[in-house]
Amino acid sequence: MAVPLGFFGLFFGYPVAAITARGLHPDGAWQFARIGDVLGDPDVLNVLWFTVWQAAASTGLTLALALPGAYVFARLDFPGKQVLRAVVTVPFVLPTVVAGSAFLALLGRGGLLDELWGVRLDTTVWAILLAHVFFNYAVVVRTVGGLWAQLDPRQEEAARVLGAGRFAAWRRVTLPALGPAVAGAALMVFLFTFTSFGAVQIVGGPRYATLEVEIYRQTAQLLDLPTAAVLTLTQFAAVASLLAVHAWTVRRRESALRLVDASHTAHRPRGVGQWALLVGVLTVIALLILLPLAVLVERSFSGPDGYGFAFYEVLASAEESGGTFIVAPLDALWNSLQYAAVATVIALVVGGLAAAALTVRGPRGEGPTRTGRLVRGFDALLMLPLGTSAVTVGFGFLITLDEPPLDLRASWFLVPLAQALVGVPFVVRTMLPVLRAVDDRLREAATVLGASPLRAWREVDFPLVRRALLIAAGFAFAVSLGEFGATVFIARPDNPTLPVAVARFLGRAGELNYGQAMALSTILMVVCAAALLALERLRTNRSGEF
Amino acid sequence: MNSYLRRAVGTALLGALGATTLAACGESDNGADSKTVTVVSHDSFVVSKSVLDEFTKQTGYKVKVARGADAGAAVNQAILSKGNPQGDVFFGIDNTLLSRALDEGVFAPYRAKDLDQVPTELQLDAAKHRVTPVDTGDICVNYDRKYFADKELAPPQTFDDLIKPQYKNLLVTENAATSSPGLGFLLGTVGAYGDDGWQDYWKKLKDNGVEVVDGWEQAYNDRFSGSGGGSGKGDKPLVVSYASSPPAEVVGVKPQPKEGPTGVATGTCFRQIEFAGLLDGAKNSKGGKALLDFMLSKKFQEDVPVKMYVNPVRRDAKLPEVFTKYGERITKPATVAPEKITENREQWIKSWTSLVVK
Repeated sequence: MAVPLGFFGLFFGYPVAAITARGLHPDGAWQFARIGDVLGDPDVLNVLWFTVWQAAASTGLTLALALPGAYVFARLDFPGKQVLRAVVTVPFVLPTVVAGSAFLALLGRGGLLDELWGVRLDTTVWAILLAHVFFNYAVVVRTVGGLWAQLDPRQEEAARVLGAGRFAAWRRVTLPALGPAVAGAALMVFLFTFTSFGAVQIVGGPRYATLEVEIYRQTAQLLDLPTAAVLTLTQFAAVASLLAVHAWTVRRRESALRLVDASHTAHRPRGVGQWALLVGVLTVIALLILLPLAVLVERSFSGPDGYGFAFYEVLASAEESGGTFIVAPLDALWNSLQYAAVATVIALVVGGLAAAALTVRGPRGEGPTRTGRLVRGFDALLMLPLGTSAVTVGFGFLITLDEPPLDLRASWFLVPLAQALVGVPFVVRTMLPVLRAVDDRLREAATVLGASPLRAWREVDFPLVRRALLIAAGFAFAVSLGEFGATVFIARPDNPTLPVAVARFLGRAGELNYGQAMALSTILMVVCAAALLALERLRTNRSGEF
Repeated sequence: MNSYLRRAVGTALLGALGATTLAACGESDNGADSKTVTVVSHDSFVVSKSVLDEFTKQTGYKVKVARGADAGAAVNQAILSKGNPQGDVFFGIDNTLLSRALDEGVFAPYRAKDLDQVPTELQLDAAKHRVTPVDTGDICVNYDRKYFADKELAPPQTFDDLIKPQYKNLLVTENAATSSPGLGFLLGTVGAYGDDGWQDYWKKLKDNGVEVVDGWEQAYNDRFSGSGGGSGKGDKPLVVSYASSPPAEVVGVKPQPKEGPTGVATGTCFRQIEFAGLLDGAKNSKGGKALLDFMLSKKFQEDVPVKMYVNPVRRDAKLPEVFTKYGERITKPATVAPEKITENREQWIKSWTSLVVK
């Protein structure tokens, strides 16, 4: 618990507290009057209201569309399942401005919908919600599906034998078991959409602004730190109340479950219902995820003289690519992979330790002891980075990590650190439901039989957790690969990451730059999918050791 | 946290986390020695490697670049870390952000060697020389030549033209609150119509169907019909962009066309002047001064159009052919005094938002 606490204290709590304090405490006196001023402003209240309700609506829609997907990926076998599971995670790593553009090509003026049925969704809330589903679909499929695949189907069958109907059996047996994972996924989707920045304004238009946009403007553009500090605190308050609700709903639910090996639970679809579900889920994925991605791939190949690899070929040299970079744009791929690898290791170590610390139960289960409360507070702390502005963290780094030995401002190490901050919550949320579901009596039995604690962990926990660990690693890797908000503040020009390079190409006129942006985006998608697939392969490796 | 504790915790953590990876990567980052000059800049800063090598050959200093996000964020980061800057020289502060940074005391005075080669109207801090002008760029309306040729309609040339009925529903611009060209265009109208006239102008522009989107990428690539990048998918033949966008459109196009696919409405421009300055508290101020001198040299000045699509400030710097052939020289851009921009910026943006976006 000390390592994650120290990590968070130093690289998140301290910078954010410092920048907030500077805003509220500018000349040695606390300026609490500003809080009233800012929160009394009707414009701010409107933004806050819009932020909350669009996040709630996006979360609801994402769950509605993605939970059936979680079931299909967990319980049904179909050709291409693993590839598809990797592909639905790809939106997660795409720079918003690229994905937004693909969405507009489908929903906007002169887009596909417009040409087919004259429907235009751009500048509507629907476009925002659909874009949020596109980005967050994988969150639900991976966190919920990961646990679902390991639930013992025989329990539901037993309920059926005892006379329960199919739905009743699911509602009484499976749903309660999945509760914590669903709540965790919903929490993450909510936090992501709550702090959504680009997607809202790109597909919805400038009329829609979230709190995140305001914080960015006040911090990065206007340097109005007092206002930014109040907005950041508001964001914290909203996130904290959400976390409290989450903790309260989950607390009564987490219980030991019978976990089995995932490879035995999936089967080919049986009966009309399952086939219909499979077809339905695949249709949603095709329309909502594959189609926008296909738009980008198509653009990357449509060169000046018809289809071909023209845009890919120029990526290999700094000169031919039109001089946007000092280095060959393709180097960005290598940088991204290095950063993501380091960030994944950090996130796994910190997140894994945190999840383990959170699993340790007080005597007699989860009584409302002081440690219990402390642990829950710690759990909430780990989630906070998802609900905090990248710009707040970025500017916080700048004013706190600026003295030796911690003058990290020019260090490459700051990039994976910032990326790991976002990765850790994923690791915790993926591992925790599984860790908590491990039956304590198994550990006790092992100990009684003479196993050391380490040995007990290796023989009991590890085999059950391994799968969750790999899912978590995949997530952390994807998050790092696609992280843009904080990276853009700290990545050095001779070491751009893929998303930063894409953004830079898009910021320049001319077909060559645009085409290369699309080509790099496509490379980013392929790399992400390939990395996740490789992890899936590890998962099916039955040796039990890495 | 007191600094001793801070240091102890920091050292321990860094030791644990960093040692292995740092060793693996084999590069030390604490390059604040006297042989490097560090430039702090925004994300559009690019210089040819050959030019930087030339600087190293002349002076013995190597150049490192530390970069922030967009121009506004980079300037504000510099203000936040004043006294303990991230580097020696800041490049890329423009006239819309200048006065605040000067008031905050971010820069140390230095008169660059070739300053007399720069027109005086660009030297906005001529009394104290805290910043040195390096390049200029103009934010102007671009038009799609093909559209207007097909319609047999003359493209608009001035702000006044944009509110005429024949150009109804043709213009797309960016959100002035979050986008730099969007703000530039707004400031251009303030310069052209004054404090009391610009709101009226925007009312008419709104009635004439101006579309506002989030950022330049969207406006130019997705909505503008003349951009090669969007393959002409958009349906707006007028867009707020830069005077240097038409030259950028023909780069890499083979064979080179007689005239570019897009043109510039020369009476709709707002001039941005970009400055560089020596950061107060620079660790290597001698190297920083050498770099400022070098930024006004012919070699550097003739590199900026090719790399950053901006105009040099030096009178005798030659523009590359792509600029002279496909670009326009903007002779009478709209301007607003830097102090005035700093003072009213937020109020203007607020009024503009409630007028145009809501």
